Amino acid sequence: MIAAMKGMTMATLINFFLEPLQYPFMLRGLTAAVLVGIVCAVVGTYVVLRGMAFFGDALAHTILPGVALGYLVSGGGTDSLFWWALGTAVIAAFGIGAISKNSQIKEDTAIGVIFAGMFALGIALISTVRSYAVDLSHFLFGDVLGVSTGSLWLILIFGGLVLLTIAAFYKEFLTLSFDPILAVTLRLPVGLLNNLLLTLIAVTIAVSLQTVGVALMVAMLVTPAATASLLTHRLPVMMGLAALFASLSGVIGLYLSYYLSIASGAAIVLTATAFFTIVFLIKRLRN
Amino acid sequence: MYPHISHQDDQPILDVRNISARYNGRFALEDVTFHLHVGERIAVVGPNGAGKSTLFKVVAGVMQPSNGDVNVYGSTPRGHVCIAYIPQRSQVDWTFPVSVADVVMMGRIAQLGLLGWPKKRDWDLVHETLKIVDLDNLSKRQISQLSGGQQQRMFIARALAQEAELMLMDEPLSGLDSPSQEGILTLLDELKRQNVTVMVATHDLEQAAEYFDRIMLLNHRLIAFGLPDDVLQTDKLVQAYGGRLRSVDGDKVLTVDDCCDEGDDHGHTH
Repeated sequence: MIAAMKGMTMATLINFFLEPLQYPFMLRGLTAAVLVGIVCAVVGTYVVLRGMAFFGDALAHTILPGVALGYLVSGGGTDSLFWWALGTAVIAAFGIGAISKNSQIKEDTAIGVIFAGMFALGIALISTVRSYAVDLSHFLFGDVLGVSTGSLWLILIFGGLVLLTIAAFYKEFLTLSFDPILAVTLRLPVGLLNNLLLTLIAVTIAVSLQTVGVALMVAMLVTPAATASLLTHRLPVMMGLAALFASLSGVIGLYLSYYLSIASGAAIVLTATAFFTIVFLIKRLRN
Repeated sequence: MYPHISHQDDQPILDVRNISARYNGRFALEDVTFHLHVGERIAVVGPNGAGKSTLFKVVAGVMQPSNGDVNVYGSTPRGHVCIAYIPQRSQVDWTFPVSVADVVMMGRIAQLGLLGWPKKRDWDLVHETLKIVDLDNLSKRQISQLSGGQQQRMFIARALAQEAELMLMDEPLSGLDSPSQEGILTLLDELKRQNVTVMVATHDLEQAAEYFDRIMLLNHRLIAFGLPDDVLQTDKLVQAYGGRLRSVDGDKVLTVDDCCDEGDDHGHTH
């Protein structure tokens, strides 16, 4: 009797995990969430260490008009949106970077003005379409279950490129982030490296657009890296732990989304936030 | 990608001619001229905001002077990787997730080249330099776990790993207790043995006189530059410090009503 019950609970448990996997959209969604999580977490480590959270948030919001334009041009299609997002993100990254250097207005004020304005422009553009409420919510909060196989390939290729670049310039980015004056006295191409990092953040945002959406993007960049920073004093370990927390958040979040019928992007971010809260509290209690 | 301009050995290691530099819109340096010989130990003294940090940054090629020329072995500092700038401890993010050895290895990256990874020889060198500054047993520590003196010595190790020939230290003794100060001042002898030329910004006139070959008295302009006995004259000190100078016991011992915090020439480049 007990053995039979045990067998049943085991079967239920296995079923709990396997049932969603029979749907191809769930498999694609899980793959996308894990890939995007890893890329965001690794890039996010530098976002956290360099105090660029606000920049990342602004950049994500600023790409909305570009995405909206692509959406209007393609007549509501979503397959070409990655390229629109990528183009806008790179232009916006350098635009914001250039404005930040202008010392007439404080950096965060300038970023705030630009990002809110561009965000509003994006909403205005999308609102000209009749079905705009649903589509807008996808851009804002993500639609990971709508990821196509083609999009998955784009995530894999561009996410992979981002990770390869970060690995190749590991010591340069490390030095530049820790001690910019040392980077100059060692005659590193500091301007080039800074622009490269901005580009990497821009590509990461384009890659993550469909998974978490522009409004929740900053959470994927910052939260797993912040969680990891509480647990280690070594940069490579921090990147690895952040990637682990982010991909776990992706998987757990999607299961929550499936069983509780809540928005997938929100579920992923909430899981990441839960990880952060738990680690933060445990560390607090230990001290 | 990394320039390694060959040294012209008939030229002085540092030749500064008529440089002026602005910081936050004001002149931090005005018409400063001097040159150094290889292996010299120079103390740079002057009140807060006198332009000491700006001078170091111009010499290191981090800041461009608005006028004048800086030459290191006969060419502009921007082509050299042999100049080490050691920041003030207050300018460093000590929570950054790096170990002591990681920070010292950063000094090697010019030699490693773009896309190059540290080899065994580089790690050996890192540990050798850590031994010189007596930190090898702490090489795996996260940098916030070091004391102030140890943090300062870590940066000297980094400058040695960089194979620096000119070291610029921005107030390395500030905020340290005397044993820690002693530890750093002793290292100056080791640097001398290695023929490293050293410029140290400091507030302590007595230490400047005792441990350094020449003293540079700076207050935007170069007030005096020479042997301690010639520079530490009351009239020159008054010229540099104005009313903040107190003369104790005739004019034998001089103290300065000046401390090490919040100089307005401490720049951020973040």
